[in-house]
Amino acid sequence: MKSALYERLAAAAEAGIPAAVVTRLGDGEQGLLAGDRWEGALELTEEQRAAVRRMRSADRSGMLAGAEGLFVRCYVRAPRLVLVGAAHISQFLAPMATLAGFEVIVIDPRRAFASAERFPGVRLLDDWPDDALAQVKLDARSAVVTLTHDSKLDDPALIAALASPAFYIGALGSTRTHAKRVARLTQAGLGAEIGRIHAPVGLDLGGRAPREIAVSILAEVIRVRYRGESP
Amino acid sequence: MTVPTDAEEIFPRIGRWRADGRGVALATVVQTWGSSPRPEGSHLAVNDRGEFVGSVSGGCIEGAVVTEALAALADGKPRTLEFGVSDEQAWEVGLACGGRVRVFVERLE
Repeated sequence: MKSALYERLAAAAEAGIPAAVVTRLGDGEQGLLAGDRWEGALELTEEQRAAVRRMRSADRSGMLAGAEGLFVRCYVRAPRLVLVGAAHISQFLAPMATLAGFEVIVIDPRRAFASAERFPGVRLLDDWPDDALAQVKLDARSAVVTLTHDSKLDDPALIAALASPAFYIGALGSTRTHAKRVARLTQAGLGAEIGRIHAPVGLDLGGRAPREIAVSILAEVIRVRYRGESP
Repeated sequence: MTVPTDAEEIFPRIGRWRADGRGVALATVVQTWGSSPRPEGSHLAVNDRGEFVGSVSGGCIEGAVVTEALAALADGKPRTLEFGVSDEQAWEVGLACGGRVRVFVERLE
């Protein structure tokens, strides 16, 4: 890799600017897409450039389809997991998700719950969930899970999440609780998008303890991230 | 508290090596078949003393990749390596998991 290209790549990675390097394996010639800018000696067709952009959006490194020997390496920041509710499950889920490679944000206006002692090193927001989510700016690399058991907190969070392109939305609560939630959200004017909510949240692993529920939620988020909604 | 991504882990180390005047090669998993342990894009950076950071497998092929990285540092030629059960004879290393990987190795100029 040429020194100038590497320096630009390292700077983009450090600044959190999404980047992709395209390498022609035959001779090592390379191109860099940093933000919206292309650099480097490698010539690509407009179609190939569009394909690289799509791979970068999905954070899928691999061989460029339909091209001979072109490899694309994507460099994007970690996906985010936003937890609404700073109770017991979140205390397990936050460190687990961090280890699994997520940037974790915990939202809870109840300061006794969302304290730095309970969540060392995690970004905490104590605004009301819809305001906090507006600050967070949910994108297609964000997952949101509501865990408060309190519809006053969960519902505004879900309404904000459903208005966003978040790739995963989950809500703690039984099937019966969720049926009541669906009725409230429908009352609030929401429609088919309510179907995006994963509830009961998490894969059915059989565990009931908070730490086990945390595993099942994290497992489902990872599964949807890679496999999409189809089972 | 966030666990660094591969790039966040590897680039600062590469930066320190380069600042110290060390030669650095970068190995990248570019293609996998079957149950290979690390996905496409995984990096292993190697300096001219054979020190490395990152991984391209569960430890099965790192030794051979480091050797090739040192060769790439010496001659400046990028190379593509293949590892897998079928290549055991050729490389004398292989993936016990039965997977196959292709690894691109380049010198950072």
